[in-house]
Amino acid sequence: MTAPTLLIRDLTLGFRGWAGQVDVLHGISLHVGKGERVALVGESGSGKSVTARIVLGLLQQLKTARIGGLVAFEGQDLARLPERERHRLRGTKMSMIFQDPTSSLNPVYTIGAQFHEVLKRAEPGLPKARAREKAAAALADVAIPDPERALDSYSFQLSGGMNQRVMIAMALVNEPSLLIADEPGTALDVTVQAQTLALMRDLVEKRHTSVLFISHNLGVVREFADRVYVIYKGRIVEHGRTADLFADPRHPYTRALLAAVPRITGGGIPEIEDVSDSYFAPMVVHEGCGEPGEAG
Amino acid sequence: MKRTLFILLRNPLSALGLVLIAVVVLSAVFADFIAPFPTHAGAVVDFANFNRPPEWPYVFGTDLVGRDLFSRILYAYRISLVLGVVVLAVAVPVGVTIGLLAGYLGGWTEYVLMRITDVFLSIPPLVLAMSMMGLLQPTLTNGMLAVTAMWWPWYTRLVYNLARSEKEEGYVLAAEVIGASKAHVAFREILPNCVPSIVTKMTLDFGFVILIASSLSFLGLGVQPPTPDLGSMVADGARYLPDSWWLTVFPGLAILVAVFGFNLVGDALRDVLGGGQ
Repeated sequence: MTAPTLLIRDLTLGFRGWAGQVDVLHGISLHVGKGERVALVGESGSGKSVTARIVLGLLQQLKTARIGGLVAFEGQDLARLPERERHRLRGTKMSMIFQDPTSSLNPVYTIGAQFHEVLKRAEPGLPKARAREKAAAALADVAIPDPERALDSYSFQLSGGMNQRVMIAMALVNEPSLLIADEPGTALDVTVQAQTLALMRDLVEKRHTSVLFISHNLGVVREFADRVYVIYKGRIVEHGRTADLFADPRHPYTRALLAAVPRITGGGIPEIEDVSDSYFAPMVVHEGCGEPGEAG
Repeated sequence: MKRTLFILLRNPLSALGLVLIAVVVLSAVFADFIAPFPTHAGAVVDFANFNRPPEWPYVFGTDLVGRDLFSRILYAYRISLVLGVVVLAVAVPVGVTIGLLAGYLGGWTEYVLMRITDVFLSIPPLVLAMSMMGLLQPTLTNGMLAVTAMWWPWYTRLVYNLARSEKEEGYVLAAEVIGASKAHVAFREILPNCVPSIVTKMTLDFGFVILIASSLSFLGLGVQPPTPDLGSMVADGARYLPDSWWLTVFPGLAILVAVFGFNLVGDALRDVLGGGQ
C-alpha cells in the first residue's frame, strides 16, 4: 500500500499564553489518500483552520504554539524534514485556497505578474513570456473568458467569482499533490460558490489532486467530498464516507450539526443545544473508514 | 499616475499648488539665467546700492551690503530644494525600512526598533536638530544630517502602522503559504501597498523640511553666510524692521510660497490616494 498523501496522527496543539496553556487540538487523526477529496467539518473555533496551517507549517514558526503528533506528507514526517525541504514543498507540492479570494490577491500587481511569481516557485528561471502562456492556459482551464485580458487586470477589476477562479487556477498551476481549501468561497454568493466548486471538483478529479476541504457548510461538503471528518472542540467526533455519514449520522454532535441547517422550505431556525455533554461522546467511525495502519 | 495628475489639475487649489511648486523649482533650476545679478549669491559688496527699497532694477530691494534680494532668493531656493530632496531621500528609505520590518516581523524586532524610534520622537524635533547642530559645525551637510535625524521616525511610525494592518490581509497569508520569503513579503507585497501614503506624506513634508531648515538657519544653526538661505535672510532682516521691511518680507514670502505649494498638493494627494495620517 502506498503512503497516503497526507497523514495526521494524534495531532495536538496548544498555545502558551500568560495564563497557562490553552489546548486547541486534542489528538486528531485523519488521512487523505491520493486523489481523494476529504472534508473537515466543524463550527467556528473547532480547530479546522489551525489544522490546515500546521500542515503547511505556518504555525510551527510561532513561539507560543506547542505542537505534538505526526504530520506526514507522502510518507515523509514533516517535523523531521529540514526547514529548506519543507519550504520547497510549499507552493509546489502543497497549495491552499482561502475564504476571501479578492483579499488573497495583492491589489498592486496584475494577475499575470502574480501568476509569474507562483510559477517561479516551481521553475525559478521561468521567462515572462513562457509564464504568461502557462497562466493563460491555466485560466482557460477554469473557464475564464478572455484569459489575456484577465492577466492584465488587477484583482479589484475582476468580480469575486472571477477572483475565486483565478485563485483556483493559481493553486493548481504547479500541479500540487495536495490542495488545502479553507472554506473556499464563503465570501461569495451561493450561485457563484456552486459554480466554482463544480469547476474545482472537475479539475482536481482530472489531475488526481488530493484535497483537504475545510468547511462549515454541510451542503457544499455533501456535493464535494468523498469522505467527511466532523470535528468538535479539537476532537474528531465522527468519520465516514459522505453518503453514509449524511444518511446515518451517529454522533450526537453530527446530528445536531445536520439539524442546525435552516431549511429553505421554512420552519424557522432550528433549535439545538449550544453545548451538550453528549457532544463529547467518543468518536464514531463508520464501517471501512479506519485510519491506515490501524485495525478496523 | 495620469489619472492622479488629472484630478490634481481639475481642483483649483491643488492646481495652484502645482503652479507654485513649478515656479519654485523652475526658478531654482534656472537661477543662473533668471537672476539679474547672479554674482550677488556670493560674497559681493556694493555699498553704493546698499539697503535700497524695491525699485528697478532691484525688484525686491537690496540688503545691507548692496546685494540684490531677488537674485539671492532664487539661489536660496536652490539650497532649500536640494536640502529637501536629500533629507527625504535619506530619511524616507531609512524610516520606511525600519517601520516595515518592525510592523511585519513583530516580536523582539518590533520592540527594539519601535522603542528606538520612540526615543527620537520623544525629543521635540527642533530641539533635537538644534542640539545636533550645537555639537557639529553649522554647515549645509550637517544641517541636512540634523533634519534627517529628526525626520525618519515619522516615516517609521507611518509605515509601521500600515504594515501592521496590511499584514493581516489575505494576500500576505497567501504569499506565505506558497513559500514566499519574509523579505519578499515585506518589500514586494506589503511595501507597494504603502506607497500611496508614503508619497502623500513626502509631498506634505517637503514643505515642512524647507520650513524647519529655515528655522534652523533663522537661529543661526544652518547654512552660513555668504551662502544665501531664506531662514538666515529673514533673521538678518528682522533687526531692521519695520524700516527695511523688504529684507524680511520677501524671503518670508518666498518660504510661504514654497511651503504653501507643497502643502496644497500634499493635501489634494491625500484625498486622491486616500493615504496619510
